[in-house]
Amino acid sequence: MKILVPLKRVADPDNANKIKIAPDGAKIDTTGLEWKPNPFDEYAVEAALRLTENGATPKVRGGEVVVVTFGPKEADTTLRQMLATGADRAVRVDTTDDALDGSLVARALKALVEREKPDLVLMGKQAVDGDSNQVGQILAELLGWPMATFAATLQEEAGALLVGREVDGGVITLRVKLPAVVTVDLRIVAPTSVYSLATARTHKYADGVRFSALPAIMAAKKKPLIEVPLAELSPDTSLRIAYSKFEPPPVRKAGVKVPDVAVLVDKLVNEAKVL
Amino acid sequence: MRDPLPLDQLSAIEGLLSEEERLVRDSVRRFVRERYLPRAAALFAKEEFPTDLVPEIAEMGLLGAHLTGYGCAGMNAVAYGLALQELEYGDSGLRSFCSVQGSLAMWPIWKYGSAEQKERWLPGMQRGELIGCFGLTEPDSGSDPGSMKTRAKKDGDGWVLDGAKMWITNSPLAHLAVVWAKTGDGGAESIRGFVVERGTPGFETPRMEGKMSLRASTTGEIVLAGCRVPDANLLPGAQGLAGPLGCLSQARFGISFGALGAAKACYDTVVSYTRERVQFGVPIAKKQLVQAQIVEMASEIAKGEIMALHFGRLKDAGKLTAPQISLCKRNNVGVALRVARASRALLGANGILLDYPVVRHMLNLESVYTYEGTDEVHQLLLGRALTGLDAF
Ligand SMILES: Cc1cc2nc3c(=O)[nH]c(=O)nc-3n(C[C@H](O)[C@H](O)[C@H](O)COP(=O)(O)OP(=O)(O)OC[C@H]3O[C@@H](n4cnc5c(N)ncnc54)[C@H](O)[C@@H]3O)c2cc1C
Repeated sequence: MKILVPLKRVADPDNANKIKIAPDGAKIDTTGLEWKPNPFDEYAVEAALRLTENGATPKVRGGEVVVVTFGPKEADTTLRQMLATGADRAVRVDTTDDALDGSLVARALKALVEREKPDLVLMGKQAVDGDSNQVGQILAELLGWPMATFAATLQEEAGALLVGREVDGGVITLRVKLPAVVTVDLRIVAPTSVYSLATARTHKYADGVRFSALPAIMAAKKKPLIEVPLAELSPDTSLRIAYSKFEPPPVRKAGVKVPDVAVLVDKLVNEAKVL
Repeated sequence: MRDPLPLDQLSAIEGLLSEEERLVRDSVRRFVRERYLPRAAALFAKEEFPTDLVPEIAEMGLLGAHLTGYGCAGMNAVAYGLALQELEYGDSGLRSFCSVQGSLAMWPIWKYGSAEQKERWLPGMQRGELIGCFGLTEPDSGSDPGSMKTRAKKDGDGWVLDGAKMWITNSPLAHLAVVWAKTGDGGAESIRGFVVERGTPGFETPRMEGKMSLRASTTGEIVLAGCRVPDANLLPGAQGLAGPLGCLSQARFGISFGALGAAKACYDTVVSYTRERVQFGVPIAKKQLVQAQIVEMASEIAKGEIMALHFGRLKDAGKLTAPQISLCKRNNVGVALRVARASRALLGANGILLDYPVVRHMLNLESVYTYEGTDEVHQLLLGRALTGLDAF
């Protein structure tokens, strides 16, 4: 199976307090931010690797995993990181972070899918910065492909995927014919979430995303990473979403300590007026 | 309360690292924090090395990562140093395991061994299937290895080894030992290196119990009693003290990066602890006496880091000298030990509990201070270089 995994780099969610907004509120100031791959996209890469191997010999890839990201040269690091965990090839669509929205990314991905002809586009359900949760859905629509979102489990069948989606009160299982677009949720990296046709049903993965071994990091620089200008994939680079203003969330006021329950109840009744 | 400025931003070496070096550091960091730190205190308490983790350590490529060929990653000195630093953020015992395997057991075979010897042992050692150790120190020969008593006598197409090695990291676990012995009755010039495999008659490795430092690293003796090895086990490329000292130079340089990992673990603990611990109505980090110590620690760690990086670049350029290695090992281990001791005190009574990493690192660093050339030995080496006069 050939799988295309789009990835986004996001400001390190553990350092969210470092995010600064330009004084005019027009955009987020990205200088000095530490970047991490969007966690859901990392899960998608892990799931793609599991779908293209037999579990027992993770270094042998029975298929191809191609990763793609959008951004400036520095975004190559995100791709190299994925090449080091096992992806075969990488594509960086050259652009700047603020020249993008979900629609444009989906339009460009459509053109890339037509070039690459993968059997599956596997991606995170959303990026943890904008939380838009759009690209997978728009892309499936543009391609006219079947789609399954928020996958918690994946099982390969001949020419299809069985996708488990966790919903309120249970699990829905969908059978999607390939080629398809599937977006993944965090449960996809649990030990028994993903099975390729070659993986024994008794196989259990380590929980989470695999580590990149040091020889693989060294070898990653020899794997192909190509750059494609955004306009080559989507001559129409106009945006459908305009951000009018950015504002930091209001600073939380310090709490107060109350001496006893009576004072607490009094404050809840008279000050907070919640009782 | 404002957020604390992270140490990494203070020394700002991030921008001086290559993409690959950063990826190596981040990958080992995640590995240590997820796979080792949750068990670190228990392993220390039980005086136990986690042999079950060896396959994972090997799978990560941490064994002999600075060597080329035989499955090794072929990393530069800086990337390897950063990996060791992350390992030692976990525990000096964990780092010691990797240093001994990579620099003291694999390196001499890689450097001094014949093509057949390399093929025979290095791939298995890289995969963690063969654990190695390095036998230099003896009960009566520590800082003065030239005084060793272990002898190798020629015997037909082999050698017979007699003697006793002590303080040997990994020896009770080892499948093979690189043993240094004199082949003549004279001085250090007759020292040769031999690979002795487990199972050879006359080779025993009793474990040394009861260490109060580096408890998660297994230490033992090597007893050689009429132990006969074939000629094929003599390392052809090493003659005299330069043999073992070449290995030590490798390991010592790694330690100058590594020890700062232990220091950073202590520092991180101190910053979060003193910002939360309230006495006299305020977090103790609001007290000038406490801040003075935090500033001192951060300054020393930042200087040490910048120095390690500088010398690492020199090593990669093939220009690092022995006095520079002494400077770096001695300085950074000294920094780490002082940081650990101060951290222990700043945590008050909690500082003596294994619930926090500081006392573990403090105790571990006593070994790091002594092995790979004691603090004083490096002073003597540097003193000799700087004055031209030998004070040994
Ligand atoms: C946990 C641990 C693991 C070890 N692992 C290994 C290993 O894997 N392989 C191995 O071969 N060895 C190993 N060692 C041994 C280590 O290298 C020695 O302990 C070290 O070389 C010091 O030797 P010593 O302990 O005999 O001390 P000594 O040499 O007896 O020194 C005692 C004191 O005297 C000082 N001193 C010595 N000579 C002088 C001098 N000329 N002038 C002034 N002061 C001096 C020293 O600095 C020290 O303070 C290990 C040690 C430890 C603690």
